Amino acid sequence: MPKDHGIGASPKRREDVRFLTGAGNYTDDINVHGQAYVHFLRSDMAHGTINKIDTSAAEGMPGVVRIFTGADFEGVGGLPCGWEITDKNGDAMKEPGHPVLCQGKVRHVGDPIAAVVADSLEEARTAAEAIELDITELPAVVDMGKALEAGSTKVHDDLADNLCYDWQFGSDTETTDAAFKSAAHVTTLELVNNRLVANPMEPRVAVGDYSRANDEHTLYTTSQNPHVIRLLMGAFVLGIPEHKLRVVAPDVGGGFGTKIFHYAEEAFCTFAAKACNRPVKWTSTRSEAFMSDAHGRDHVTTIELALDKDNNFLAVRTDTKANMGAYLSTFASSVPTWLHGTLMAGNYKTPAVQVNVKAVFTNTVPVDAYRGAGRPEATFQLERVIDKAARELGVDPIALRRQNFITQFPYATPVAVEYDTGDYEATMAKMEELMDIGGFAARRKASEAKGMLRGLGVNCFIEACGIAPSNLVGQLGARAGLYDAATVRVNATGSISVMVGAHSHGQGHETVFPQVVAEMLGIDEGMIDIVHGDTSKIPFGMGTYGSRSLAVCGSAMVRATEKIINKAKKIAGHLLEASDSDIELKDGQFTVAGTDKSVAWGDVTLAAYVPHNYPLEDIEPGLEETAFYDPANFTYPAGAYACEVEVDPETGKVTIEKFVSADDFGNVVNPMIVEGQVHGGIAQGIGQALLENCAYDENGQLLSASYMDYAMPRADDIPHMASYVVDHSCQTPCTHNPLGVKGCGEAGAIGSPPTVVNAVIDALHSGGHTHVSHIDMPVSPSRVWAAMNGQ
Amino acid sequence: MYSFDIQRPTSVGDAVAALGTDEALPLGGGQTLIPTLKQRLSAPSVLVSLSGIAEMKGVCTGDDGALCIGGGTTHATVAKEASVYPGLAALAGNIGDPAVRNRGTIGGSLANNDPSACYPAAALGSGATIVTNTRSIAADDYFQGMFATALNEGEIITEVRFPVPEKSAYMKFEQPASRFALVGVFVAKYADGVRVAVTGASEEGVFRWTEAEAALSSNFSADAVPAAPSGDGMISDLHGSGAYRAHLVAVMTKRAVAAAS
Repeated sequence: MPKDHGIGASPKRREDVRFLTGAGNYTDDINVHGQAYVHFLRSDMAHGTINKIDTSAAEGMPGVVRIFTGADFEGVGGLPCGWEITDKNGDAMKEPGHPVLCQGKVRHVGDPIAAVVADSLEEARTAAEAIELDITELPAVVDMGKALEAGSTKVHDDLADNLCYDWQFGSDTETTDAAFKSAAHVTTLELVNNRLVANPMEPRVAVGDYSRANDEHTLYTTSQNPHVIRLLMGAFVLGIPEHKLRVVAPDVGGGFGTKIFHYAEEAFCTFAAKACNRPVKWTSTRSEAFMSDAHGRDHVTTIELALDKDNNFLAVRTDTKANMGAYLSTFASSVPTWLHGTLMAGNYKTPAVQVNVKAVFTNTVPVDAYRGAGRPEATFQLERVIDKAARELGVDPIALRRQNFITQFPYATPVAVEYDTGDYEATMAKMEELMDIGGFAARRKASEAKGMLRGLGVNCFIEACGIAPSNLVGQLGARAGLYDAATVRVNATGSISVMVGAHSHGQGHETVFPQVVAEMLGIDEGMIDIVHGDTSKIPFGMGTYGSRSLAVCGSAMVRATEKIINKAKKIAGHLLEASDSDIELKDGQFTVAGTDKSVAWGDVTLAAYVPHNYPLEDIEPGLEETAFYDPANFTYPAGAYACEVEVDPETGKVTIEKFVSADDFGNVVNPMIVEGQVHGGIAQGIGQALLENCAYDENGQLLSASYMDYAMPRADDIPHMASYVVDHSCQTPCTHNPLGVKGCGEAGAIGSPPTVVNAVIDALHSGGHTHVSHIDMPVSPSRVWAAMNGQ
Repeated sequence: MYSFDIQRPTSVGDAVAALGTDEALPLGGGQTLIPTLKQRLSAPSVLVSLSGIAEMKGVCTGDDGALCIGGGTTHATVAKEASVYPGLAALAGNIGDPAVRNRGTIGGSLANNDPSACYPAAALGSGATIVTNTRSIAADDYFQGMFATALNEGEIITEVRFPVPEKSAYMKFEQPASRFALVGVFVAKYADGVRVAVTGASEEGVFRWTEAEAALSSNFSADAVPAAPSGDGMISDLHGSGAYRAHLVAVMTKRAVAAAS
C-alpha cells in the first residue's frame, strides 16, 4: 500500500495550483512604481571593432531617460567566472574581461553595445534605432579547429591565442599508452555533442530598484540561485556589500542551468536603477534569449576504447575541444573539465582513463552548464564508443556492458571520484524486463512488414550529483563553497516556515521538502511552507543545479529539523516533568517513554513562544534552527536506458516507439515528482538527439535564431505514455547523506541521447546500411537519409 | 511594433479604398504580418483588416461545380466545410496548429506565397482561379516565385475557385522546427489529366512537376512516379540539402498518389 503522506508519498504539487490558475508571481509580473524600461542594442555582427557610438540623436527622442554605453561601465567590474581551471602545464586558464556593455569590440551576435532606458519599452526601442554605430567588421572565428590554428583571428586581442586552457586528467600518458599498446582491439569514434539553447518557457527578466533613503539595491531576477548572484554581482561587478543588496528570484519558469549564471542584464538594471534614480526593467524577448542566454554542450571529441582479447575494457582516452563562446560564463570552465572528466569511467571498471580537453574561445554566445552539464557529454562519448565496439566485435552490446560493470563498492575510479554505492546489474536487469528485450525480434519483424527499420538502443550512465564537498571543489578551482543551508522556523501555534537556499523553478520543492519535515515531526504537511528565492528571507545557500537540492539543501533541512526536535524534546520534558532523554516524538505527540504521559506538538511550540512554564535557565525561548550542510562526497545516480525506434528508410525520419528508463536514485521522497523529472529529462534528451541544433554560419551569424529553425521537442515527438516507462525501483541509498537520496533532475537528459542514437544505428544496420557507424546529433531525417545514401 | 492606425472595412469596396492611401497594408489572419510587425520589420501607417468583410467569407459550390472559398475564410472553416474536396479539406486541417487555423485565411496565405506554405500547392495543383476585386487570375499565372505573385498593390483576393478533382491528396513532410512543409506535394487527378504541385522544395517557390504529371496522367499509380527531379535549384538549408528535398519530392508524390481518394 503506497503511503499517503510523508516520505514516499506522491501528493500533488501544491505550487501547481497557483501556476495553473494564473496566480504565479514571475519576475515579469513584478512592476515597481515609476519604473523605466531598458532595451539593449545588440551587435548584429559576430566580431568587430567599435570606432564610435553616437547617441546624440537618440538622447533627444521621446521618453528617453538615459542611454548607456561601455564607457559608462569603465571602472565597474566585469562579469566574473566562478571556477579557475589549471591547465596541464600548471598554468591558470586564460580569463579575458567580460564587460557589462561592450568596450572596444563586439565579440558575438547579441553582444550588448548600448542600453536605452526610457519611459516605455517602445520608446526605448525606437530611440535605439537612432543610435549611430561605427563598427569595423572583423573576420569571425566560429569553428573550434580553425580557432586553434596558428595565426587565427583572435577573439580577445590581449590573449596569445584562442585557447582558454589545455587540460589533462586521469591516468598518466605512460599508463594509458601502455594499455592501448597491449590491446587486442581499439575502437575509435569522432563525434559532436551538439550546441543547444536551453529555452526555458519563461525568458529571463531583471528589475533593478534602488532606495535613496537607505542606499539599498534590490534586484528581481529569473535566477536559480539568488545568493550566488548577490555575491558575484555585489562583490565582483558593482561593489555593493551584501547588506545593501537584496536579490529576489520569485517564481521562475524553468532554468535548465541557463539561469544559474550572472548576466550582464542583471548588473545593468541594478546599476542603472541608481544612476537613473528610477527602477529599471528588462524583459528578454525570445529572439534575445537565443543570442544572450548561455548555450549548452558544443563539444567535439575523439574517443578511443581499448579492449583485451576477452573484451574487457583496458583503457579509454578522449580528446575534446569544448566551445567557451566569446567570454567565460559563470561556470563555463568547470563543465568540460570537472563535471565531464570525472565521469569518463562511466559504470565500468576500466583501469586507465585519460581525458584531454582544450577549451576554445570563438565568436559565439558563451556556453555554460545545461541540464546535465558535462555528464551528458561524457556519457554520450563513452556509450557510443562501447556500442561501436560491440558492433565491430560482433558481441551483444548489453553483454559487453555487463561484463565490464563495476560490481564492488565503494569504487575509486581512475578519474578521481569514488562511487559510494550502486548496483548496475540491477538496473540493467530491470531495464531488460521493462523493455521486453526478448520480444524485440518479433517487433522488428512487424516493423519490417510495414516497410520500416526497427532498432534497439541501450545505454548505461552514471552521474555525479549533489555538488559538492566544498574542500574538494576548492582544490579543483571552484571560487565558492558548495554547501547549502536551511532555517526551520517553528511558529507559536506549530506551523512551520522552512527557509531554504535551494531554489525551485519547476522541481516541486514546495511539495517535497514539507514531506520530509512532516515525516520527521509526525505532523501534517499542510502546516509546513517552504520559503525560497529571496536573499532577505533565506540563509546563504547556493541554489539549485546539478540535481543537488534534496541531497544537499534537503540534508541541511534534516539537520535543522533534528535540532528542532532536540530542543522541542527539552521543552516537552520540562512540561511533562521528565528527562528529555526519555521523551519520544511520534505522530506529533511527545510522550514519556513507557508511559501514557504526553503533550502535543502545538503545546510545545506554544510554550516556546509563551514561556510562562519553560526552562529559561537552560534554553532560550523560541523554536528556530539553522543548519548548513556540506556533503562528504558527490552522489552517484546511475541507470540503464533503452529505446526502440522506427526509421522510415524512404525519408530518414526517426520515430521513438518505446522508451524505458531504470534509474537508481537511492531513496525517493515523492515518486510522482521523480517520474515527472525523468519524463521531462528524457524528452529534453530526445530533443537533443533528434531535433535541437544551435547552428552558426561561418560568419558567426546564428542560423537557428528562432523556433522557425530551432526544433524543440513537442508532445508528439516522444512516445505515448504507455510506451514511456520510467522506473526507480532499484534503490541503493546514498551512504553519506541523511536521506540516502542521490538526485534525479538530470538523469533523463544524460541517459537518453546515446540511447536514441544507438537505436538509430541499430535500425540502419538491420536495413543493410552497415557502413553507417555514427550520425551526429541531431539525428534529423536529412542526416539519416544522407548517412544511408553515403552523402 | 511601431504605431499604426487600423481600419476595419465591412465591404470589399471600402477595403480597396482604404488601401489606396500610402503605406497601407492589408491584414488577413495576420499569421505572417503580425510577427513581422512585432519584429519591427515592417512599418505600415495603416492596417486594413479584411476580417470584417462578410462577402469574403465562406465555402460554397459554384454553378460550374467548382468549390468557391472566400478569400477571408479561415483554414479551420475550409477544413470543416470543404468536404466536397477532401484533399483540400485535409490540407487545410493540417496547416500549423489550431490557433493558426482559426486566424489564418486562404487569401492571406496565397497573397503571401511563402515558399513553404501548403495552400499554394493546392491552388496550383488544382488549377484554381484566384479571384480579386479587379480580375480573375489562373493559378498557373499567379505564382511568380518566393513571396511573389501576380497581385498588384492594393489588390485583394476575394475568392478562390477550385475545380474539384476525381481524386486528390496532399502529403507534407514537415520541417522539424517550424513544421511548415520541408516538401509538400499536392496531387489531383482530373478527367483531362493529373496535376502535381510541389511546395517547400524550390528556390522558385511552388512549382508543377510536369514529368510526374505526364507519367501519372497515363498511369495513375505510385509505381508510375518518375525518379526524383534534379536537386539543382532546390532549397538547401539547415534542415536538408537540395538533393534531399528533390528525393522527398518523389517520395511524397508516390505517397500522395497512393493516398489519393
